[in-house]
Amino acid sequence: MKGPAGEEAGRGPLQPPPVFLERQSYRRRRLMDAARLLPLMGAALFAVPLLWPTDEAGTVRMSAAITYVFGVWAVLIAVSALFGRATRQGGDRQIAQEPER
Amino acid sequence: MTSLNVLVAVCMAYVILLFGVAFAADRLSSTGRTTWLRSPLVYTLSLSIYCTAWTFYGAVGYAARSGLEFVTIYLGPTLVMIGWWWGLRKLVRVGRSQRVTSIADLISSRYGKSNTLAVCVTLLAVIGVTPYIALQLQSITLSFDIFAEADPVSRPGEGSSAFWVACGLAVFAILFGTRNLDANERHHGVVTAVAIEAVVKLVALLAVGVFVVWGIAGGLGDTLARIDASEIGVWQVDHGRWATITFLAAAAFVCLPRMFQVMVVENDDERHLRTAAWAFPLYLMLMSLFVVPIAVVGLELMPEGANPDLFVLTIPLAEGQETLAMLSFLGGFSSATSMVIVAAMALSTMVSNHIVMPIWLNAQGSGASVSGDVRSVVLYARRVSIAVILALGYFYYRLSGGGAALASIGLIAFAGIAQILPALVGGLFWRGATRTGALVGLTVGFVLWLYTLLLPGMGAGVIAPQVMEHGLFGLSWLRPQALFGIAGMDPMVHSVMWSLSLNTAAFCIASLLSFPSPLERLQGAQFVNVFDHSAGPRGWTGSVAQSEDLMIMSQRIMGAREAQEFFQSEAMAQGSRAYLPEPTPAFLERLERELSGSVGAATAHAMIGQIVGGSSVSVEDLLAVADESAQLLEYSSRLEAKSAELSRTARKLREANEKLTQISLQKDAFLSQISHELRTPMTSIRAFSEILRDTDGLAPVDKTRYAAIIHDEALRLTRLLDDLLDLSVLENGQVTLNMGQGRLVDVLDRAMATALTGTDRPLRVRRHRGAERIVLRTDLDRLSQVFINLITNAQKYCDAADPELSVTVHDVGGRIVVDLIDNGSGIPRDARKMVFEKFARVGAEKAGGAGLGLAICREIMQRLGGDISYLSGQEGGAFRVSLPVGMEIAAQ
Repeated sequence: MKGPAGEEAGRGPLQPPPVFLERQSYRRRRLMDAARLLPLMGAALFAVPLLWPTDEAGTVRMSAAITYVFGVWAVLIAVSALFGRATRQGGDRQIAQEPER
Repeated sequence: MTSLNVLVAVCMAYVILLFGVAFAADRLSSTGRTTWLRSPLVYTLSLSIYCTAWTFYGAVGYAARSGLEFVTIYLGPTLVMIGWWWGLRKLVRVGRSQRVTSIADLISSRYGKSNTLAVCVTLLAVIGVTPYIALQLQSITLSFDIFAEADPVSRPGEGSSAFWVACGLAVFAILFGTRNLDANERHHGVVTAVAIEAVVKLVALLAVGVFVVWGIAGGLGDTLARIDASEIGVWQVDHGRWATITFLAAAAFVCLPRMFQVMVVENDDERHLRTAAWAFPLYLMLMSLFVVPIAVVGLELMPEGANPDLFVLTIPLAEGQETLAMLSFLGGFSSATSMVIVAAMALSTMVSNHIVMPIWLNAQGSGASVSGDVRSVVLYARRVSIAVILALGYFYYRLSGGGAALASIGLIAFAGIAQILPALVGGLFWRGATRTGALVGLTVGFVLWLYTLLLPGMGAGVIAPQVMEHGLFGLSWLRPQALFGIAGMDPMVHSVMWSLSLNTAAFCIASLLSFPSPLERLQGAQFVNVFDHSAGPRGWTGSVAQSEDLMIMSQRIMGAREAQEFFQSEAMAQGSRAYLPEPTPAFLERLERELSGSVGAATAHAMIGQIVGGSSVSVEDLLAVADESAQLLEYSSRLEAKSAELSRTARKLREANEKLTQISLQKDAFLSQISHELRTPMTSIRAFSEILRDTDGLAPVDKTRYAAIIHDEALRLTRLLDDLLDLSVLENGQVTLNMGQGRLVDVLDRAMATALTGTDRPLRVRRHRGAERIVLRTDLDRLSQVFINLITNAQKYCDAADPELSVTVHDVGGRIVVDLIDNGSGIPRDARKMVFEKFARVGAEKAGGAGLGLAICREIMQRLGGDISYLSGQEGGAFRVSLPVGMEIAAQ
C-alpha cells in the first residue's frame, strides 16, 4: 500500500533517470548513436573494394579505385565534423559527466 | 646542384628553429600563457607523429610496389579516430583520471599495479620500437645520400650522418622531454615542435604532389589517365592483407607508445578529441592524397632500378627543382625526428619507471624514506634511457645493414605492438580481465609474433632454413610461416591472425580461470566504470603511516617546494592548522596518484606501501568502495522505506484521531438519545399515575385504561433497558456464547413463530426449506434473535399492500448466506449507511423500537464470526446474513 506521501518520497534526486527524454535530448542521443555507427559504416565502405573483381574479365581501373576510396574518406571526415559540431552544443557537459549508456 | 654543405646548413637552421620553438613554448607555458599551446589544433597536429619517415617516403614506394594497399595504413587510424566515442574517449578519460604516464603504466595500473606486467609491456615496446627507430635513421641517411651522390665535392663516410642525427635527436629529447619529472605533465616544448614538424611534412608532401600533378603530369585528368596506363593501373589487392593491415594500423595507432604519449598522456582536454576526430583523418587523407600520382610519375620518369621509396626526393631533384627537393627533404627529416623524439621519450619513461626505479628501490632496501633525492635518479635514468634507446636504434641500423629487410620492419613493429591490444581493450571494457590473463595473453602473443614474424623477417640466418622448411624440432605444424599446417597465407596475415587470436584466447581463458586480487578488482571497476565514479580506491589504512616519513619521501620525488605545497594544501583541506596532514586513506590515495605521475603507478604504490606497511585492501573495502552507487541506492531505498513507514504511521494516527472524535460524538449523541428515549415513557407513566392518584371518581374503565398505558410504557422501558444491556454486553465482548448444534431450518422456524405471533398485519414468508437443511454449530438462540429482529423489521416496515418476505439460502464464495428480501420500497439510499448504527430509525414517525435492533444484530453476527449487511440493488429492503465460516458441518 502506497499513500501519496510515499510516492512523493520516491521522487527524490536519487531516483533512476527517467525512461523518456524530451525531444531535444532525445535527438542528441540519437545523434550520438549515429556518431557511434559512423566507424562501422566506414569500415564496411572501406571493405567494399574487396568485392571488386580482380580477374582479367572485369577489372576496376586504379583511377576509379582512388576516387572511391578518397570519396568515402572525405564523406566520413565531413560527416564526423558535422557530428562534432552538432553534439557540441550542450553536449560537452554530457561528455564530461554522463555515463555511457 | 645543392651542395651538401647547403643542405647541412639548412638542416642545422631548421633544427635550431625547432629548438627555439620548443624553448619558447616551454617558456610560455611556465609563465602560464598557454592558451594556443593547448588548442585542439596543436593536439591534432601532434597526433601526426603517426606519419613517420616510413610513411613519408615509404608510402610512395609501397604504392609503386603494391598499388593502393598503402592506404590501409591510414584507414585504420581514420576509423579509430572517427569512432572516438567507442574507445578513445574512455582511454583518455582513464589516462587522465589515473595520471597514467605510459601504455605500460596503464596496463600495470589496470591489473592491480603489477610491475611484472609493466616490465613485459616495456620490453615488448622496446623490442618493437627499436627497429622502427633504426628505420627512421635509415631514411634520413638515405635522403642525405641522395644529395651526397649529387654533390661531387664532398663524400662523407658511409652512415656517419645517421650517427650525428641520432646524437642530435638524443640531445633534443633529453633537453625537452625530461625537463620535468612529472611525466604526466605536458611537454609543451616537444608537442609544439612536433606540431610544427607536422605542418612542415604535410606542406612538403603536398608541394611535391602539386608539382607532380600540375607541373609534370599536366593536370588532374592527365594524371588519372597516366595512373590507369601505369603498371599499377589496375585494382589489384590481396584481400587478406587489405583487411589485416587496416586492423593492424588501427590497433597500433592506439597501442604504440609514442601515440599513447601524445594522444593520452599529453592530452590537455578531452574535448580536443572531438576536433581531432575529423581533423586528424583529414590530415591523413591529405598526406596520402598525392602518393599514387607521385609513385606513377616516378615509375615513368625515373630510370629502371631507382628506389621508389625516395621518389618524393628524387623527382624534384631530377626535374631541377632544388628548393622543392630541399623542402621535401625537410619534410622527411621532420617525420623522422618527431617520431624518434616522442618514441624515445615515451620509451624512456617506461624504462625508467618500470625497470630502473624498481631495481633501484630494491637496491636501497626498505629505505624509501632514507634521505637522498630520488628525482635526480629518475631524471638521470630517463636521460640515460633515451640515449640507450637511440644507441640501440643506431646499432640495429648498422647491424642490419640498412637493407630492404629494414623497410619491412614498419608493419612487423605494428604487429608486435598490437599484441598489447587484447589486454588494453579487455582492461577497459571487461571487469573480469585479470593480471594473469593479461600476462599469459601478452606472452603467447609476443612469442608467436617473435617466432612467426620478427625472426623470419629479420632476414635469412636468424632462423635456420631447416626450421623454416620443416618446423621447429622437425615438427611440420610448427613451421613459422605455416603454423598448424595452414600454408600458403601471406606471412603478415598469417602471423597477425595466429598471434592476435591466440593472444586473445589465452587472455580470456586465463582471465576466466584466475581470481583477481582485491586491488585488481578495485582498479578494474575504476577503469571499466570510469564514467560512473572517478573517485579513487581507498586502498590504504593510514593509521600506520607516518606523515613525516611520507613527507620526506615525497620531497625526494616531487621536490621540496612542491611536496611542501601539496602537504600544506592537503592539511588545509582536512581543516587542520598543522603543517602535516593526517594520513587519512583519502590523502594517501591522492598522494599516491601525485607520485604516480612521476614514477608510475606501480612504483608509487610500492613506495607508499613501504612506509604504510603494505597495501591493505580488504574484500570489505572492495565491497564498500567498488559500488558507491549501490550504496547510494541502498541508502535512498532505506530512506524511502522510512518515509513510507512514517506516512503509514501518520495515516494510522489520523485514522485513530478521527475514530476518537467520532466515538466522542457518538457518545454525546447516545447520551442525548438515551435520555430522550427514557424520558418519553417516563413522562407518560408519571402523567397517568398522577391522574390515577389525584383524580377522584374515575370510571373503572378509564382506570383500567390508564393503568394499561402505564404498564405498556413500563414494558417499553424494560425492553429498552434490556436492549441496552444486551448491546453493552455484546459490545464489551462479555457475552458468553451458548454453542449448540441445530439445523438452520429449525432456527428459522422458531424465529418466524416468535416474530409473527399475534401480529395484526399478515406477512407472507416464502422459503425453500430444502436449501435450509444445513446443520450449524453456533449459538442458536442468538442466531434466531437476529432472524427474529429482521423478520419483525420486515413485518413492521414493509409498505407493500401485500407484504411478502422471501428467505433464500445460498453459497457465495464458499460462505453460506441467508438473504431476507421483502417487497416494500426498501431503505432510502442515504439511510443505508446508518441502519446498523444505534438509535438509527428510518422513519421516526412509524415508531416502534428504539432503533437498537439492527445494531444488536450486527454485534451478534460479528461475535458469531459472521456478518450482516444491507443488500442493495434488490426490489425491496434486503438484508444478507453471512453465516460464519466453518459454521455448517455438513449439508444434508
